[in-house]
Amino acid sequence: MSTELVFGLYIFALATFVGYQVISRVPALLHTPLMSGTNAISGISLVGSLVAAGSEHSLVSSVLGCVAVAAATINVVGGFMITDRMLRMFKKREPEKRGPAKGAS
Amino acid sequence: MSANLLNLAYLASSILFILCLRGLSSPESARRGILLGEIGMFIAVVATLLHWEIVSYTWIIVGLIIGSAIGTAISLRIPMTKMPERIALSHSFGGLATALVGVSEYYRHAGHVSRLSMGALGFEVFLGFLTFTGSIMAFGKLQGLISGAPITYKGQNFTNVGAFFGALALLVYQVVFGANDMMFAAMGVIGFALGILAVLPIGGADMPVVISLLNSYAGLAASATGFAIGSNILIICGALDGSSGLLLSLLMSKAMNRSFSNVVFGAFGTAIEPGAQAPSGAAASYNEATVEDAADVLRAAQSVIVVPGYGMAVSQAQHAVRDLAAALQKRGVEVKYAIHPVAGRMPGHMNVLLAEANVPYDELFDLDDINDDFVRTDAVLVVGANDVVNPAAKKDKTSPIYGMPVFHVELSRSIIVLKRSMNPGFSGVENELFFLGNTMMVLGDAKKTLLALGGALKDGGH
Repeated sequence: MSTELVFGLYIFALATFVGYQVISRVPALLHTPLMSGTNAISGISLVGSLVAAGSEHSLVSSVLGCVAVAAATINVVGGFMITDRMLRMFKKREPEKRGPAKGAS
Repeated sequence: MSANLLNLAYLASSILFILCLRGLSSPESARRGILLGEIGMFIAVVATLLHWEIVSYTWIIVGLIIGSAIGTAISLRIPMTKMPERIALSHSFGGLATALVGVSEYYRHAGHVSRLSMGALGFEVFLGFLTFTGSIMAFGKLQGLISGAPITYKGQNFTNVGAFFGALALLVYQVVFGANDMMFAAMGVIGFALGILAVLPIGGADMPVVISLLNSYAGLAASATGFAIGSNILIICGALDGSSGLLLSLLMSKAMNRSFSNVVFGAFGTAIEPGAQAPSGAAASYNEATVEDAADVLRAAQSVIVVPGYGMAVSQAQHAVRDLAAALQKRGVEVKYAIHPVAGRMPGHMNVLLAEANVPYDELFDLDDINDDFVRTDAVLVVGANDVVNPAAKKDKTSPIYGMPVFHVELSRSIIVLKRSMNPGFSGVENELFFLGNTMMVLGDAKKTLLALGGALKDGGH
């Protein structure tokens, strides 16, 4: 078994553990933003695609890489934007004393 | 940029991503969390662009521009009701991206890869294509392009399980005896086909689980990419995504009282004998009520709980619900919303739909947080929900939804159910709640009824 694999497994196991701990504290209220947020984060595969698209090994590699870059960018850009758009909608109840005059309805 | 610097940049990004997810533990800190995630992603991308292996930027720029344009267009336009579809689509993009990186890596080394890379690439390509087609199928079912009903045939599970182990065997063979182009391609094709085959038998109501599961697969595929190209940040992010998807699928399965295998192999909604448990015979009577009757009940109430279901989203009645709630609150009535984990088509979907309609999030309550309140509540308003308020889940062992956690709606003083007709809902299960003495059925379009109710409460006297 190579050291590379063992190191990888270390990282994988610890990250899974941290992920599980952090994510189990996310309330059900925010599960949809959670999913679109992790979706944006997993768009990090973009870094792999960038190398594939930019290293000029062969035309096939570059074209496949380019498609992968586009697909991952859709997730990154779209994922973060839509998560923020959703989170902006979550508002607390308006304080009572402000009165109905504001008409925020 | 040196390898060490690059890895340090990735480390910073990874930490920012974890902080981003931690921010999501409360609505107040969530937006700041997302900002941290964006910074992390920016650092990672800039550092990568300075990578020594990158010699040409042409293809990168093309990809980035196309991706940003499509990503922006989708996220600005998409209505919140379509969030599950968007998530399914983005899982498919993610799956496709990882699968393509895997193919490109394999092609680049012309098959001369180490055992570790072979194993990782195999997983990556297999899971990547499976996530790609599986998510497209899920999208099709959500969008109504493919029938939402489960599609089953004889020997289906056998085929799927066989295909899975076939792919596994191909992978093991290649790890042990070295890469083989034909086998590698076959593995990708099996993943591609299995994604389609595995989602076919799963019904529309099970979509929250399927989407979470595909989320988990997409994460695992990304992690496998990390192993294949020796990128720690990919391993970490894949693991975060994978554990999030896994956790959500477990929560969703629990909320429907179904085991994982039951969702994957069960094909819910097909095997139920129609009318297996019509309550007290076919001629069970129910109280049909008019809008005015319902308004009288609400006028007399001090506390009201709204139980929204997917039917509310279908008839776009969120704003009407909110207006009615506002009218009630103006009269000094306490209004809360009871949100079941599977009320929408993906985890947390119903919360987003109500937040969009300007319902403050501190009026939204989870199953566990509100279930003890029903007994003290004057009126419950059920809008387009069915299975999640079915008492049979608690006591009727023959019911297909027996054991599913449901709201104790029947304990409240009076129940108003807004429903299109008396037909059984999505799962085809009869609901005895509708036939109880303290239940009034207001049949018709939920949105129209809600608007009428809101109007009656606004100008109706005391």
